[in-house]
Amino acid sequence: MGYLQERIERQNPAFVAYIMAGDGGLDSLEERVQVLEEAGVTAIELGIPFSDPVADGPVIQDAGVRALQEGVTLRDVFAAVRGFEQKPEVPLVIMTYLNPVLQYGAEAFAESCREAGIAGVIVPDLPFEHQDLVKPALSEAGVPLVQLVTLTTTEERLDAILAEAEGFVYAVTVKGVTGGRKSFSEDVAEFLARIRSKSDAPVLAGFGISSAEQAAALAPSCDGFIVGSAIVQAFYEGREDDIRELVQGVVGLTVNKG
Amino acid sequence: MTTASNKTGFFGRYGGQFVPETLMKAVKELEAAYAEAKADPEFQEELETYLKEYVGREQPLTFAKRLTEEFGGPDIYLKREDLNHTGAHKINNALGQVLLAKRMGKEKIVAETGAGQHGVATATVCALFGLECIVYMGEEDIRRQQLNVFRMELLGAEVRGVKAGSATLKDAVNEALRHWVANVEDTHYLIGSALGPHPFPEMVRDFQRVIGDETKRQAEAKTGRLPDAVIACVGGGSNAIGMFYPFVEDEGVELIGVEAAGSGIDSGKHAATLTGGKLGVLHGAFMKVLQTDDGQIQEAHSISAGLDYPGIGPEHAYLHEIGRVKYTAVTDDEALDAVKKLSRLEGIIPALESAHAIAEAEKQAKKMDKGSVLVVCLSGRGDKDMETIRSHVEVE
Repeated sequence: MGYLQERIERQNPAFVAYIMAGDGGLDSLEERVQVLEEAGVTAIELGIPFSDPVADGPVIQDAGVRALQEGVTLRDVFAAVRGFEQKPEVPLVIMTYLNPVLQYGAEAFAESCREAGIAGVIVPDLPFEHQDLVKPALSEAGVPLVQLVTLTTTEERLDAILAEAEGFVYAVTVKGVTGGRKSFSEDVAEFLARIRSKSDAPVLAGFGISSAEQAAALAPSCDGFIVGSAIVQAFYEGREDDIRELVQGVVGLTVNKG
Repeated sequence: MTTASNKTGFFGRYGGQFVPETLMKAVKELEAAYAEAKADPEFQEELETYLKEYVGREQPLTFAKRLTEEFGGPDIYLKREDLNHTGAHKINNALGQVLLAKRMGKEKIVAETGAGQHGVATATVCALFGLECIVYMGEEDIRRQQLNVFRMELLGAEVRGVKAGSATLKDAVNEALRHWVANVEDTHYLIGSALGPHPFPEMVRDFQRVIGDETKRQAEAKTGRLPDAVIACVGGGSNAIGMFYPFVEDEGVELIGVEAAGSGIDSGKHAATLTGGKLGVLHGAFMKVLQTDDGQIQEAHSISAGLDYPGIGPEHAYLHEIGRVKYTAVTDDEALDAVKKLSRLEGIIPALESAHAIAEAEKQAKKMDKGSVLVVCLSGRGDKDMETIRSHVEVE
């Protein structure tokens, strides 16, 4: 079992925070990672800005535009992480669309992940059928490729995906793009519980989660949460206290896993 | 560059299904539903009936006598997609897909549009069948194509402006994809070009091949043989693939696709993907894409909103790679000049997109013998472009 999975299994519920690398300038990346680490997150996703982020809602789209205006590239993010003065203890996961990885080259990308100590990779537009474009190189470098499953994933597909799951399973809780939602459809808890019953890797719920109350409702059915837009927006607006409160509210939940 | 080993929906290295997991079920359902419909004579018959009774097919292959004299080379024939209901080839595909969506029990349609022709075609067929219709359109294109926005609204569609990125076609596709992700159960994404995840490129080609099938029959009837060359403009590439596909096996027929060179290839402001693009993944498929070394998709530039797209359909990328189709590029100025020529010589005002093909025809004509046959796909009429043309062309 890798470092990422180990850390996630150690904290229940786990809290994975997403930030857009380069939003606010790459110079602020280390500081933001530290804020999150001190707030008590389990792991951090570093989003790589992309010109055409079809899985993302307005908050992360806008953050990506700001990062691209700063000229931030995948290469720059690797360099920034390698150059951190204080190496974070929490695992760092790269979330990137496929095209920047293909242009970087899958082998070079995996090698850069290894050099920068990246603990996992998520590629939202790389379907299970095509993971051989990236996964063999990542496996060679010892970096897990995190799989996504959704409310529309068919049963047969789900089994195939879960059989190869590593790090954690990213369970998408909405039919839609990233960004906070007021409520979830009734079948979400059942969906999470079903995946959890089948998966050896921990199951984290992501997309649409922005408050401890929402997390509390789903906590019995999963192993933790991924929060993106709420964190991205709070950093953008300088509301770091809100981030601390949100993380503490979620990781402090007492969960009865029946 | 790595290439995919799972070959579902690929043309050589190009194509595939690269969409967020939420859409995988939908693209696979669409793949199965389309395969079934394609093989069903009743579906084909229904499509044919509507193409005839509603779109007004078949369209003539018009001999352009004065243009032929002016260019001084081959006999030039125009395939008249401009005579279709709604004014362009786009309706062939919109009709096919909406019949398929109905068959699949989808009640809502989402689409993207660049020039607005596909949006109008989609709004039209949605009105015809009583389906709810939402069209995403870049704010920049809304500005350029006011009249088409009004047309869509008059037809009962909701037009939603997209501000992101370059606020053109590429960004409208992103937003339509996001909308589809969020409404996948009851909505069909009616994509307008031979782009996107499999089965879209193949399906759109099949719905547009009526252009090439008719042309082939008509050319044989009128000239007793196949044309020597066939020219069509290429943005995403739907009119071109529809025109070319039936000729691909006929090696004696030279096929020429014309991209938009905008202000000139060297200016960097163009949409000539096969000249300036690299292999990459955009909007669900491997294709040739205008992009930076870091894999960020670049903005395309063309006076014609319908060619203003930084990618090219996967089958075109493949036909280019194997050398079966030759791709050239024509600038904004050359296209505007062609608008004027065709208007004055033939009494046909072409769409700015189609004017690129006319401009290329003049260049090709210089290399071709008298008596040879050159077919140009006149993909649409210029009514929608009047404002743009008026601001660039002086009439003495």
